[in-house]
Formats: sequence, C-alpha cells, structure tokens
Amino acid sequence: MSDWQTFFDMGGYALYVWGSFGVSAVLMIAEPILLRGRHKAVIKRVARIARMNAPEVKQ
Amino acid sequence: MGVFAWIVKRDLMLALRHRADLFTALFFFIIVVSLFPLGIGPEADTLRLIAPGVVWVAALLASMLALERLFAVDHADGTLEQMLLAPQPVALLVLGKIVAHWLVTGLPLVVVGPVLGLQYDLSADALGVLLISLLLGTPALSLIGAIGAALTLGLRGGGVLVSLLVLPLYIPVLIFGAGAVEAHIAGLGSDSHLYLLGAIGMVALLLAPLATAAALRVSVE
Amino acid sequence: MSSRLINWFKFSSPATFYPLAGRLLPWFAVTAVVLIGIGLYMSFFVAPTDYKQGEGYRIIFIHVPAAWMSMFIYLVMAFWSALGLIFNTRLSAMMAQALAPTGALFTFIALWTGAFWGKPMWGTWWVWDARLTSELILLFLYMGYIALTSAIEDTRRADRAGALLVLVGVVNIPIIYYSVEWWNTLHQGSTINFRKESSMTTTMLYTMLIMALGCWAYTIAAALSRVRSIMLERERNSTWAQQLVAEGKA
Repeated sequence: MSDWQTFFDMGGYALYVWGSFGVSAVLMIAEPILLRGRHKAVIKRVARIARMNAPEVKQ
Repeated sequence: MGVFAWIVKRDLMLALRHRADLFTALFFFIIVVSLFPLGIGPEADTLRLIAPGVVWVAALLASMLALERLFAVDHADGTLEQMLLAPQPVALLVLGKIVAHWLVTGLPLVVVGPVLGLQYDLSADALGVLLISLLLGTPALSLIGAIGAALTLGLRGGGVLVSLLVLPLYIPVLIFGAGAVEAHIAGLGSDSHLYLLGAIGMVALLLAPLATAAALRVSVE
Repeated sequence: MSSRLINWFKFSSPATFYPLAGRLLPWFAVTAVVLIGIGLYMSFFVAPTDYKQGEGYRIIFIHVPAAWMSMFIYLVMAFWSALGLIFNTRLSAMMAQALAPTGALFTFIALWTGAFWGKPMWGTWWVWDARLTSELILLFLYMGYIALTSAIEDTRRADRAGALLVLVGVVNIPIIYYSVEWWNTLHQGSTINFRKESSMTTTMLYTMLIMALGCWAYTIAAALSRVRSIMLERERNSTWAQQLVAEGKA
C-alpha cells in the first residue's frame, strides 16, 4: 500500500508527472474514439445514400 | 520585362483610383502603434524598450490586412484567369503585382514607421535602423503574404484564414527586423540582423513568386 | 518500369487502398498498444530515478517521443504533398490530410508536457526557449493547414492548396528554427538546455525509443483510420463504397 503511495507521489513531482502523462493519455485515447465515431457516421451516411439510390436501380 | 513594367504601372494606376484603399492599412498601422503607450503607460524607458517590437508587429498586421485585395479584384473581374493563360511566365506577372502592392501598402509603412518611432522616444540613429529594417523587411512580407493570398483566393472568411497561414511564416522577418533595432539600441550593432533580413528577402524573392503562381493556378482552375 | 508505375497508381486508387488499409489497421493498433504498454512500464518501473531531477524527469518519456513525432509527421506530410503534386494522385493528399490532426495532437502533447516539465525544473510553466518556441510555431503551421484544407469545399483544390502550403512550410521550418535560436541567444534569457541536463542511461534511451516506436504505430493506425473515413466521404456516390457498406465490410 505504501509502495503505491510512494509510486503515485513520484518523489514530490506527482502533479507534473501525472499532469503530463494524464493529459497525453486522455488525448491519445480520445482520438481513436473520435475516429471510430467519424467512421461509423460516414458508413451511415453512405448507407443512406445507397438506400436513396436503390429503388431507382431496381425499377 | 516590358510586361513586368506594364503590370506594375497598371496596378499602381488602379490603386490610385481607389485612394481610400491606400490608406486603410496605413491608418491601421498608425492606430495600432499609438495604442500601445495608452495600454502600457507613458514611461519613456519602457516605451524605448518595446518600440522595435511594437512597430514591427504592427507592420506585420498592417501588411497582412492589405493582402486580401492583392488578387481579389483581378479574380472577380476575370483578369486573373487571362493572366494565367497569357504566354508570359505567371511568376513574372505575379512579381509585378507584388511590387505594385508593396509600393502602395508597404512603402508608406517604411516612411511612417520612423515617425511613429518618435512617439517612443527612439534616438535618431535608432530611427535610421528602423527605417532600413522596414525597407528590407516589408518586401519580404509582401512576397510571403502573396502565397497566402493566392491560396485563400475567393474563400469564405479568407481574411482570417490568411492570417493563420501567413503570420507563422512572418516570424523570421519579425525577429530580424525588430532584432536589428534592439541590437542597435543595446550597442551590439545591427549589421548582422540586417544582412539576414536581406537574405530572407532574397530567398523570398526567388521562391515566393513561383509558389504564388502555383497557388493561383490551384485556386483559379 | 512503366508497368510498375501503373501498378503503383492502381494500388493508390481508393477502391484498392480502402480494404488494404482496413486489413493493416488492427495490426498497427495492436502494435501501438503493446509498445506503448511496454514503454510505460519501463518509464515507471524499470528506468532508474535520475540523480539530478528525481522522478520528475520521467516526463521526458512522453515529451521527447511526442516532440519527435510532431516534427516527423510534418515531414511525412511534406513527402506525401510533394508526391501528390508531382504525380497528381488523390491518395497522397488524403494521406497528408489524415496525418495533420495527429501531428497537431503530438505537437500539443509536446508543448503541454514541456510546460509540466518546465515548472518544477525551471520554475515557470513557459520559457521562451528556442525549442519550445519552434514547437509552438509548428502547432500554428498545423492549424493553418487544417484550417485551409477544411475551408475549401472543392476537394481537388483543397488537396493541392494544402500540399503547396505544407511545402512552403517545410522550406520555412529551418529558417524559423534558426531565427528563433538566434533571437534566443540575443536575449540571453534562458541558457537552459532541454535534454542535455542529465546523462542518459541506456535503459532511459531504450525506453524512449520504445515509446517513440509505439507512437509511430499509433500515428499510422490513426492516419489509416482517418484516411478510410476521408475516402468513404469523398467516394460516397461510387459503387464500390456503397457495395462495401451494403456488405457490411466498410
């Protein structure tokens, strides 16, 4: 337990070390999530366009 | 060369016809420089310290403000398309337009800059260095700015966009231009700064018209 | 020679590249997670405490790779842009546009971690040090590129205008860097050197390299994912795109 405390304390540099790694981690996790969301949105859009075109093709 | 002189003359005449446009950038420059003492306080020591930076940053902003009209009018009336189709090298025509643009918007800054320096209690020889640095630096600003103006031609919000593209590229000119005056005031001699400023100008003179011509082709196509 | 060229162009067509990027993407994503995982473990548990800067120095394990990436990505964008302008391929411009936001992200991380490193080491969040200042200007260059390409609706013009801007930026980067360095020495403000303060042990170097490789894999994965979205957006009316979506393979 105290081991973890000294680990998180980072020799008194906790704010700086975790401030750096924390923000980097948040950004590098957020970007892939946003990318996934964008990809899904595009797929939906393409599917909608395909549906709109579909009846004309079948006629 | 004939075509070059012709286009400079043409653009100058067009600019003289719209005299109000001539003064917008200049007045902007004067107002911005005059605002700083009001914001900071009239202590002569402080003002002398910030003078080179303030005058140069204001010059950067003023010459950027003037960029929007560099190609806009010719683009609107179709002259630009004709120029791109002309047998003469486009870079030469572009250079002519930039020279005219500098004579109209850059040269007044060079003339007025030292006068504004008086407001900041700069010594006579510091004002001389400021004049030379503006004379060497503002053509580079027009040259680099032309690339940005060509890239953003006809875009919505082009004016703000141009500042985003062009201001980072202006930084070396700012550093050596303001640095020359600062170095002179500090007694270090301004020669090396001015040489470097001239070198930047030469590089810009060689490359910027080509890049601008390419950018115009992309934008007008 | 000519047949090989043709093959490359075929390879660079969206219909061929899209599924290929989709197949490659998971591999780079997994590599990134594994390498960054190992790198983080080494950063905190293997690399020894620095005798001068204590535990605070561990910030460099994210700061230095991010700073490297921010510069590399701009160079890679310049490479794709030049290729796109010379051969007129659509894929290269899309790659440049797919890389830009990730490049801006790493530039921001480098600045942010630089500030968090500077506070305990130099006593201020921001120092107008030549490297930090150049990094800030690089962020402006990324933002200008992203703003320009997204302001132009005609994709062909956006591609070529963006490519020109990146090339102009690449010519300017050395000039900007040296002018900032010059400015910094004139003002003699901070003679502090960012990375040379402590001698680097081999473990620290390896940790940094593993983190950097992890960031590479991350960048490739992010760029592949983004380029797929860009392709699908642009080709939304094409048969191949609609077919892929209909088959659930997009």
